[in-house]
Amino acid sequence: MGAALLETVDVHKQFGGLAAVSAFDIRVEAGEIVGLIGPNGAGKTTTFNLITGVYKPTRGKVLFDGRDITGMAPHAITRLGIARTFQNIRLFRDMSVLENVLVAQHMRMGTNLFEATLRLPSYLRRERRIHERARALLAEVGLDAHEEAKATSLPYGRQRRLEIARALATEPRLLFLDEPAAGMNPQESVELMEFILKIRDQFRLTIVLIEHHMQVVMGVCERMYVLDYGVTIAHGTPEEIQKDPRVIEAYLGVE
Amino acid sequence: MKSMSRNAWLTFAASLAGIALLFVFEETFDRFTMQIFKLCAINVILALSLNLINGFTGLFSLGHAGLMGLGAYTCALLAMTPAQKEDNFFLQPIVPWLLDVHLPFLPSLLAAGLFTGFVGWLLGVVALRLRDDYLAIATLGFSEIIRVVLTNAQPITNGALGLKGLPRYTTMWWAWGSAIAVTVFLVLLIKSSYGRAFKSIRDNEIAAEAMGIDVFGMKVLSFTISSFLCGIAGGLLAHYLTTIDPKQFFFLKTFDILLIVVLGGVGSITGSIVAAIAVTASMEILRFLDGPLNLGFLVTNGTPGLRMVFFSALLMIVIIFRQQGLMGTSEFSWDALARIGLLPRRGGKERDG
Repeated sequence: MGAALLETVDVHKQFGGLAAVSAFDIRVEAGEIVGLIGPNGAGKTTTFNLITGVYKPTRGKVLFDGRDITGMAPHAITRLGIARTFQNIRLFRDMSVLENVLVAQHMRMGTNLFEATLRLPSYLRRERRIHERARALLAEVGLDAHEEAKATSLPYGRQRRLEIARALATEPRLLFLDEPAAGMNPQESVELMEFILKIRDQFRLTIVLIEHHMQVVMGVCERMYVLDYGVTIAHGTPEEIQKDPRVIEAYLGVE
Repeated sequence: MKSMSRNAWLTFAASLAGIALLFVFEETFDRFTMQIFKLCAINVILALSLNLINGFTGLFSLGHAGLMGLGAYTCALLAMTPAQKEDNFFLQPIVPWLLDVHLPFLPSLLAAGLFTGFVGWLLGVVALRLRDDYLAIATLGFSEIIRVVLTNAQPITNGALGLKGLPRYTTMWWAWGSAIAVTVFLVLLIKSSYGRAFKSIRDNEIAAEAMGIDVFGMKVLSFTISSFLCGIAGGLLAHYLTTIDPKQFFFLKTFDILLIVVLGGVGSITGSIVAAIAVTASMEILRFLDGPLNLGFLVTNGTPGLRMVFFSALLMIVIIFRQQGLMGTSEFSWDALARIGLLPRRGGKERDG
């Protein structure tokens, strides 16, 4: 085993008296697809928020590529190469599909205010480059015909794909997908699984995903972690998880 | 490519026509009309500046009256001659280091912008940690703090007496030249990558941050630029009115500008410009409402301030029936004109089929 790309050490998060996440230890190797499952309210999204900097852990450390990123600002963490999508879609609603992807490249554009407002050739060159990349990413997710449409005018499934394209535009190494299959029919879910595997290989990504859709999780994840009431109750391969009595108990209750 | 050149030609022709129109106005307007026309330009800058933070970056800020006052005082104090200063400061002498400062208008105006921008930056670093209504309250409070300081820092600002007899520097060319320069700058800014970043914060702050936008830094940047423009407008206003005192920068002044922004469309440059001109002109056109009115069956005595009721009513109608204001977040473009049929459509052949 090589050095882990992402590692959390004993991460805790308290909201007042509620322990939303406790003793969370996850280890993700480069190139893996790891699933995070658990009943509603188990603390899955909270762990995403802890790693991507939205929340600061009450205790513990988050290491990305060997570097301590605990408590860093979300935009700084994104700059290091972690991108995410949101469970409740968060697109830039009054902006076009293309603009949504362009915004995500602002950080990597390396431009400054003067260059940008004066439209210097160096800026125009960068602007052309990010337009090309944005169009390529939109083509990747099948939205190239809709680049002028307002982001929120897209149907739900396409909004989800736009969120993924936007996340990819930040040039991540690690991608967090928060319930990518939510609201999708079985056919769309199968397409999504293929899509996740494709982008992993194409963009050399490591992916961590939260999903309730067991078909998707079992289909694409090599390993998974199971949370219940903020506690990691199991981790292992899909086969191991399916047989784990504690997982069955968490999902179905005990006789 | 063909349509590009059509639009470029139209823009070029419109610019020429605009400049020609300014020459015509300069010749034909009487003094009073010209004063109103200049005020239109100043209000255009103020509205654009407020729209940058409120409309494009989505920050509810109400500090413009104070920042404007700061710009007005800075510009006035730098541009007045030592003799004028001595005349003004008869109760308490002006601080010696400020007495002999005497700059031409352009550097004074830029200094007013830069100083106001700097104060805006300081305020931004502190207040932009707050959100929504809390930010509005903090900036409104700050606006009042500036006014109180202007009233009490007598050796620098001449206190409540204000400054009188400022040189009448703000000619039509200064006013409209500045307004055009600010408009061009804002259009370029908003259409750049920075403009997209501002709008992303307005649309979804959490997502903007997750996409690598330094949200706090961008907010401070937007606020600073807006303050800079507001300071310029303040400087122009000072040398337009030629008399300034702290009471003019009471926080209610902010709402006059906010009215323009809301009527024009929060997040539209075109809307702010059109509304600034329309509102400023209507303020004068509707002045008859303040005097005695003959309604045919009833003759009222003069009710000063009745024309403001018109704007209140207009604002209510807009809020209820057309919340996006005149333009919403859309902008003027030749293609948009073509779409609504005011220009021949380009590439008409394909579209007819």
